[in-house]
Amino acid sequence: MPRPWLLAIGLLCTGCSSNWQSALEPQGDVARHLDGLFWLFTITAVVIWLAVMLVLLLGLWRRARLPQAVADRRAGIAVGAAVAATVVIISGLTLASYLATRPLASDAPDALVIRLRGFQWWWEATYQDEAPDRGFLTANEIHIPVGRPVRIELAAADVIHSFWVPNLAGKQDMIPGRDNAITFTAQQPGIWRGQCAEFCGLQHAHMALLVVAEPPEAFDRWREAQIAEARPPADEVEAEGQRLLEAKACSACHTVRGTTAAGTLGPDLTHLGSRQYLAAGMLPMTRGAMAAWIADPQGVKPGNNMPMVPLTADELQALSAYLVSLK
Amino acid sequence: MTAKARAATLILLALTLAACKREERATRLDPPVAEALDKVAVLPVGIGGRPPEVYPALGSPYRSNAYQLSQGKRLYEWFNCRGCHADGGGNTGPALLDGWWRYGPDAVSIFVSIRDGRPNGMPAFRDRLTTEQIWQLTGYIQSMGATAISVAAPSRSDRMQSRPAENRAPATFPAPR
Repeated sequence: MPRPWLLAIGLLCTGCSSNWQSALEPQGDVARHLDGLFWLFTITAVVIWLAVMLVLLLGLWRRARLPQAVADRRAGIAVGAAVAATVVIISGLTLASYLATRPLASDAPDALVIRLRGFQWWWEATYQDEAPDRGFLTANEIHIPVGRPVRIELAAADVIHSFWVPNLAGKQDMIPGRDNAITFTAQQPGIWRGQCAEFCGLQHAHMALLVVAEPPEAFDRWREAQIAEARPPADEVEAEGQRLLEAKACSACHTVRGTTAAGTLGPDLTHLGSRQYLAAGMLPMTRGAMAAWIADPQGVKPGNNMPMVPLTADELQALSAYLVSLK
Repeated sequence: MTAKARAATLILLALTLAACKREERATRLDPPVAEALDKVAVLPVGIGGRPPEVYPALGSPYRSNAYQLSQGKRLYEWFNCRGCHADGGGNTGPALLDGWWRYGPDAVSIFVSIRDGRPNGMPAFRDRLTTEQIWQLTGYIQSMGATAISVAAPSRSDRMQSRPAENRAPATFPAPR
């Protein structure tokens, strides 16, 4: 006999298998506070619900045969106790909520500052530095050092988006014309998935951000590599790819530092090949996926702002080989 | 229920079906169609001509579809048309909404102006925009001056309006002063 509910539970559990996007597995200080708050509220609510149900059942079960005056007095005591308990519990939860969310707005003077801008439907990350030539732009994947506070300055270019990396911090909206910020510290190295948490259009669900928390030395290496200009093409195919990138419509929107491609409308592609995913978490970074994406961006992610640029098969080969080589 | 009430209910239900019609957003243009859309038959002087046959076959969406007009409006910002033509009023480039066109007001002329450029400063966007995008821009630019009553309008501007919004633009020009 089929058991649909068993199947449903089984399907639900598949959602628990990967933990790179889960507020219940906190890996950052802020997320830990929020996780504690979540369990405090949940457990309190469960205990109260059970207590109320118990009292209700008892009341239904045994009918007290008491004089009216005694019954009224007892009822008064019960209601008074319930009101007092409600006030105490809600005050306690309010205080706990205040204490847990207060560090969310904390400011750390030595924090690493990353400016994150939401676009339909991708993320632009700017790493600033006191030396202007050491700042750089990247997209859809940010790296952060473990153990050091990170201050993400949030902005939006077109519509409201929301920054949400559940393993590391709570949500914070990115609003056009307004500067928000969120500060957190990653406590473990790892790779966490973030997701736009405010409906922002057709491809809202496919607007993912990858956060790579790594030891400070690895972070510094990554940073140096990102500051550098794009590596020159290694062979003729890649050289042809670079020529196409500069000559075709690609360069109207995309930048590859070290070439003449200097468009600012789409993601910076200088070190595209070093990222793990393509098109804001849509596809893995492989040459095949790259070719599929360039050949038909509207088939992969309908409604996004990347047009289908006509290319021959050879041109597509060369261009995708070049772009994946941009480590 | 009386027969009258039943009929009225049925009519009301049928009317609610009208709400099901939504404008279609064609996000993906088939490559052969895109290629055919590039084949405008332009007159030797470079002004006026015949749009490709596939254009009316598609239902001329670039002039009558709000999604396509919005895309055109976004491209107008993105590709810095504003830099020379301002908000349509003209600056170092000619105005686009006064009804006077140096190189023709029809879709084909505007398309060719954007694609191939024009003398005295208008650059060619052939290698910067796709054919579909040039058509989207063409449709939007035609709708800016509101030379004809439009059934569709792009999304509203995020900046202050320097002219009546597209969805309330006058269908005729004010008399010249």
